[in-house]
Amino acid sequence: MPSTREIRRRIRSTKNVGQITRAMEMVAASRMRRAQRNVESARPYSERMMRICQQLLRRVVDKTTNPNLFRVEEDIHSVGLIFITPDRGLCGSMVANILRQTAVFVREQKQQGHEVAVYAIGKKGRDFARRTRLNLIAEKTQISDPPKLTDILGVAINAIEDFVDGKHQEIYISYTDFVNTLVQRPTIRRILPVEIEDIDDHDQGLATLDYTYEPSQKEVLDELLPRIVESIVYQAVLESIASEHSARMVAMRNATNNSKELVRDLTLTYNKLRQSNITQEITEIATSAVAMEKDRPWHR
Amino acid sequence: MTIKLEIVTAEQVVLIDEIDQLNAPTKDGRVGILPKHTPLLTILDIGELDIIKGGERNAYAIAGGFMEVLPDRITILSDTVERADDIDEQRAEEARVRAEEVLRQSDVSQEDVIAAESELRLALTRLRVSQLKRHSR
Repeated sequence: MPSTREIRRRIRSTKNVGQITRAMEMVAASRMRRAQRNVESARPYSERMMRICQQLLRRVVDKTTNPNLFRVEEDIHSVGLIFITPDRGLCGSMVANILRQTAVFVREQKQQGHEVAVYAIGKKGRDFARRTRLNLIAEKTQISDPPKLTDILGVAINAIEDFVDGKHQEIYISYTDFVNTLVQRPTIRRILPVEIEDIDDHDQGLATLDYTYEPSQKEVLDELLPRIVESIVYQAVLESIASEHSARMVAMRNATNNSKELVRDLTLTYNKLRQSNITQEITEIATSAVAMEKDRPWHR
Repeated sequence: MTIKLEIVTAEQVVLIDEIDQLNAPTKDGRVGILPKHTPLLTILDIGELDIIKGGERNAYAIAGGFMEVLPDRITILSDTVERADDIDEQRAEEARVRAEEVLRQSDVSQEDVIAAESELRLALTRLRVSQLKRHSR
């Protein structure tokens, strides 16, 4: 049984921890609101980029004019992985989830005899790549908040160029998709070569004719295709940041609630112990008083 | 007969509307788009975007981007698009002066000159769009 003083000390330190997690919760909450706003207002742009890209895939008849970003190789030696993670932890299971998913992906690729090269955005992913001795080609940490496109451009362009140069036959992206404050989904998908999605009936009728390209097909595609990939990576970073702050806020709220509960339990234990100490002391005094009376009957 | 127009930047949806005609600045010159246009994919230049709807004309200043035209819809993706009402004339004027200042100097690098030139064109476009709006009132 611990002493009352020990319990008092634990109550005090638990309260302190609770105050800190409460402060962190509030910071995360305000960042979360902004990050969620950012991710949602950026979605229309990247969705339309993807739509144009999908249209292009069906229309580009002469694929030789820009074979690079559409090129599908049968023989895969090496895949690139753009790995987007938070810089910091203390956000619940989010980092563990994305790392676990990525580890599974890497293992599967290696089983198929593919090399995996990592382009890391965020410290946790970079550290993971180093720890597991993956081939780390580019890294970017300390993304500003809100993130700027230029923050991630270096890594994205690096990956695109390596793909165009034929160093990798496929490029994947691994990030945490933001669903809502309580749900964030770790996601891995291929971004290069771009996959053709199923199209709805509305577009099907229109998809027969190729675009007119102005000034020329080559010029338009050379400008547009890297922009599409950049927009995918940028959107993924926004999703990841919104997920991070949401996960952190929820984790900190749980921690704050836990500390309150702990304090309640400890206070109860403390009071019980104090009570029993007092009772014991009184009993001791009373007993000794009685005992002493027995020893000295002449005082009666 | 109308055509759907969507103007979207990385930060926000600027406009979604059914319109009669669009005049846009492409790299090869201005183009007019009417409903049932043939599919077109083009790079936009800095300039003014004219939207005609129900006989009314609205101007936007655009800082380049991409335009996809399908028979029933136009999608414009750009870094910056501004409505005439949102343009701060004073700031555009200041930007114009600043850009001209850079161009007048002789010891600036090639990149700075290019940057200043596009700054200047954007500022001039903003001023023109904003003034158009004022005159039409």
